[in-house]
Amino acid sequence: MGKTILTVDDSASIRQMVTFTLSGAGYDVVEAVDGRDALAKLKSTKVDMVLTDLNMPNLDGIGLIREIRAMPQYKFIPVIMLTTESQAEKKQQGKAAGATGWIVKPFKPEQLTGVVQKVLR
Amino acid sequence: MTVDSATDQGRRVFIEEAEELLAQLEESLMELEDAPDDQEIIGGIFRALHTIKGSGAMFGFEAISSFTHGVENVFDKVRAGEIPVSRDLIDTALKAKDLIKEMLDSDDGAGCDQAVMAGLKEKIDGFLQDGAAAPAAPPLAAPADTANGGQPLCSWRIRFRPPANIFATGMDPTMLLDDLKELGECDIVGMTEEIPRLSEIDPEALYIWWDILLTTDKGRNAIEDVFIFVADDADLNIELIQCHDDDADDGENGRDHVKKLGEILVERGDISADKLDEALSEQSKLGEILVNKGLISPHRLQSALKEQEHIKKVAQAVQQKAAAREKTASIRVASNKLDHLVNLVGELVTVQARLSQLAAGAGTDNQLIFLAEEVERLSAELRDNTMSIRMLPIGATFSKFRRLVRDLSDTLGKEIALSISGSETELDKTVIEKLKDPLVHLIRNSADHGIEPPEVRRQAGKPPEGSILLAAEHSGAHVLIRVSDDGAGLDPEKIKAKAVEKGLIDPEADLSDAEIYNLVFAPGFSTAKTVSNVSGRGVGMDVVKNNIDELRGEIEVESEPGRGTTVTLKIPLTLAIIEGLLARIGSERYVLPLSAVEECVELRAEDSSVSERRNLVNIRGELIPYVSLRERFGISGQAPAIEQIVVTNVLGTRIGFVVDEVIGQHQTVIKNLGRLYQNVREISGATILGDGSVALILDVAQMVHAAEESELASVR
Repeated sequence: MGKTILTVDDSASIRQMVTFTLSGAGYDVVEAVDGRDALAKLKSTKVDMVLTDLNMPNLDGIGLIREIRAMPQYKFIPVIMLTTESQAEKKQQGKAAGATGWIVKPFKPEQLTGVVQKVLR
Repeated sequence: MTVDSATDQGRRVFIEEAEELLAQLEESLMELEDAPDDQEIIGGIFRALHTIKGSGAMFGFEAISSFTHGVENVFDKVRAGEIPVSRDLIDTALKAKDLIKEMLDSDDGAGCDQAVMAGLKEKIDGFLQDGAAAPAAPPLAAPADTANGGQPLCSWRIRFRPPANIFATGMDPTMLLDDLKELGECDIVGMTEEIPRLSEIDPEALYIWWDILLTTDKGRNAIEDVFIFVADDADLNIELIQCHDDDADDGENGRDHVKKLGEILVERGDISADKLDEALSEQSKLGEILVNKGLISPHRLQSALKEQEHIKKVAQAVQQKAAAREKTASIRVASNKLDHLVNLVGELVTVQARLSQLAAGAGTDNQLIFLAEEVERLSAELRDNTMSIRMLPIGATFSKFRRLVRDLSDTLGKEIALSISGSETELDKTVIEKLKDPLVHLIRNSADHGIEPPEVRRQAGKPPEGSILLAAEHSGAHVLIRVSDDGAGLDPEKIKAKAVEKGLIDPEADLSDAEIYNLVFAPGFSTAKTVSNVSGRGVGMDVVKNNIDELRGEIEVESEPGRGTTVTLKIPLTLAIIEGLLARIGSERYVLPLSAVEECVELRAEDSSVSERRNLVNIRGELIPYVSLRERFGISGQAPAIEQIVVTNVLGTRIGFVVDEVIGQHQTVIKNLGRLYQNVREISGATILGDGSVALILDVAQMVHAAEESELASVR
């Protein structure tokens, strides 16, 4: 059975790239446009891993990670945040909120699959 | 003599050197085919050609030199990456190698087939001009697994203590451990000393931490990458223990020093050096002391011990690899000098035996006894050393067959891969030389008759590429050499029909499969319907049999129709000296090869009369047939009341030989009996005993065979 990954980003192009790459690698991908949308999707679908941007309207990445960790069924799933080089502080906040790891933007498709394979088995 | 002797000598040395270089060249070319990107191999090929060219010109082999020059230029460009390595290139280079050899072997150092030479020159020029002679030939792709980080193989000590809340970040530490295992040889010790009692456990927290020993050639960055997401929060310590240099020539440093337990514990900071010294002064097992004193926990001790073990293991593996690669520094000696040395040692061993006998009979002359013992020790060492000088790894011979198989595949239009194992197995030089022809025959047979054409193989559900395995291994005083193929196998019915047709066996004969397979070694036997130019001229297998017999070896054939055939050659390690069992019958003495002897038991006159010439003796419930050597050799005189039976085992058949007395173990220097006696099968040679008299060496296998035959004859 394929694993399901939720990708959360307000940029349609990033979402598309993530979806394309991960579907190609054999994962099922669910898309969400922001933190709030993501929470709704998490409740309706069983997700094995979350990939989230940090800067988003409505509910941002850090807030989303906290919410995820508060949900019993998602307490231990891998959550990877997409950061930019300049967001060292955000990275720390994300870790503190319960993120598993991060990918620095911009990234290549093989870097993305590499990180996913690293935390999701 | 117009040629001055210094030049003459130089020419001889050049020819020897060139032959060695050409052999090396061929081997490198075959290797290059498997690893076309390996710069080291390409460099080796270039240097070999360069030396042949340079030295050739110096000693007046102009033709060789100028021809080699062209080939060298090609490989110079290959080295520079301007010409890709292709099958065509390797083919051309192999043919060029053959041509150089041909010139080298000719009297004037220039004689060769001019047409071939012209063709090759044209080809070489083609390579040089456009960088790729045949655009159709794609460059050989390097196998993916040859890539390696280019880093030295190093052992690392990693202490990984993730934060207790690691699960809350969605990270599973066992995945990290799995990632580490993928980097190389990895030993992991889990530290459970901090797990609290069940009542106090937080099920969502992690209490375990790990000591990891990893040997990898990927470098520190690769290890750090594994821990990238947890490095900030976890207690992570990556230390280099040591790097394993597998280049053999770096002397003491290359010998990996395995650290003592105490050193490891101190290095890790688990205990201070002072405390360690204090504990050491008590002198018993360090680990136990430290644990008993409560200085370290048993877990940490176990982990440190594991490190010791890990390093030992890795060091061993590295050394083995280095030894295999080691280019033995050597002096070249004419082999007849060695033969002479072996003869001298043989005589020395004989004289030593006489001396020992004299000393034993001299009674109380302590000085003589002491001297005799010294001489005995020294001559034994000298003998072993001399024998080991003559031992060569069989690998050099084996790798020559790669070319043979490659050529055979082309000629026969079959795809055949040759795999080789046990090439480090050592054998006496003369034995190796005599093995070459039989092995060529066996491989040809496998390629020609064994392996089917690709279409047939596909239909049979086998991979189109057939494989031949050439394997050597030690087995006691013998070396087993196996030639196996995964071809069609032998057809017992066909062989039997053929043997009947050739009048080799009686049509009514009831033979086991093994016996039928052995028929292929009968003179003039060949089942191939058509005569090909590879094998099947009706000579071959019987030649194999004769050669192996000469080596006092044995042949065994196993075959499964449709699955393949395996021919096993069992060859004695050396020809010159064997361990024997000396026995006496009347005044005659005989030697039985100790390798065939299982045990000695007594035979009382009343026992033998009870068995009434059935010649069977009951040894621990098993009935064993025996042959009286006194009767067989027609030795006159009365047998003693208690005779001895020497029980031998030949290929699983136990049979006893009755002698008057077993004298004991004897270092037997084998001397040939000479041409007059070459048809005597039961005697394989003679040896000179300590008192100067001669003892005959029995060929146990032939004796058993002869005894069986005469028994059968008497029944009929």
